[in-house]
Amino acid sequence: MCDHCGCSPSDNSVTIHKPSGHGHNHDHQHRRTVRVEQDILFSNNQVARITREYFQSQNITALNLVSSPGSGKTTLLEQTIRALNDEIRIAVIEGDQQTMRDAQRIEATGVPVVQVNTGTGCHLDARMIEWAIHQLPLKDHSLLFIENVGNLVCPALFDLGEDMKVVIISVTEGDDKPQKYPTMFEAASLGVITKTDLLPYVDFDMEECRRLALAVNPALEFHAVSAKTGQGMDTWLNWLRNRCG
Amino acid sequence: MHEMSLAMNIVDLAITNAKKEHAKCINHIEVEIGTMSGVMIDALRFGFEAAAKNTFAEGAELVINEVAAKARCRKCDAIQPVTAYFEECPICNEFLTDIIQGKDMRVLSVTIDE
Repeated sequence: MCDHCGCSPSDNSVTIHKPSGHGHNHDHQHRRTVRVEQDILFSNNQVARITREYFQSQNITALNLVSSPGSGKTTLLEQTIRALNDEIRIAVIEGDQQTMRDAQRIEATGVPVVQVNTGTGCHLDARMIEWAIHQLPLKDHSLLFIENVGNLVCPALFDLGEDMKVVIISVTEGDDKPQKYPTMFEAASLGVITKTDLLPYVDFDMEECRRLALAVNPALEFHAVSAKTGQGMDTWLNWLRNRCG
Repeated sequence: MHEMSLAMNIVDLAITNAKKEHAKCINHIEVEIGTMSGVMIDALRFGFEAAAKNTFAEGAELVINEVAAKARCRKCDAIQPVTAYFEECPICNEFLTDIIQGKDMRVLSVTIDE
């Protein structure tokens, strides 16, 4: 029997060995297991690491905005950009399955923007961001907003090279969102509760939402804003100023 | 469905490693998926079939080892098995949200024919 692979080249009665090497010829295949031991998202994480190093070297603050569809991310961005545009250089990467609508809204504010359409994809990944930043005039000492595809599940898993994920939840969505979608609240470093002007009309318990979110992620900070009335925007804008300072 | 992206990543990792070893073909790919990694196993299998099609990994078997999740109670420090966030600690009834095992997803090995 062949010591190398266990095959029996003849009738088992005769074995032929050369002093070194694998001493007979045969056509059959050898099976061998190769250890890999790598994260499934290894290549995504590698690209994200390079992007993060680039951002850090250029003093670019990159925030990955994640939420369900319709949380008011784009409206919050529009108002944020209008308030800070004179002080901070801002650029935006917009992620949606399709259309240029959000990019057009951001373009109207006067900052550079690039739209990534993921087609059937439910999240942005590090390669899309690598491509997108090459399309932007991205200056040093700037603030980059990455508006992820509206989806409170999948984007939690994909590192884009950002400084942090900012999870956005509107008061119309229900205060139990952190309990229903805990992975995203765990992955985020900051939470922004939007549409607070609608609080009188909905059963949203701000404290309950915070309590559930903090149960998953005790380090999570929160802001509560209404981009429509401007309520709470000051503390959010100051937080951004400090972050970019 | 992010499982399709994950499946494509598995196929890429397997092919890269198999080709490095001058494989003739890939017989099977062994992966480890935590029960709280956010991966639906059925969707991953389905995605893998599609992702491997017309590639060097076509026909390879995907062997999935599930790793049971565990959480550490933030209140009493006990380590408990969990299947989801917000299950209660059987000792002190605190929500179990600090997951210490079962979130990883890794390609462990590729078995190649040469």
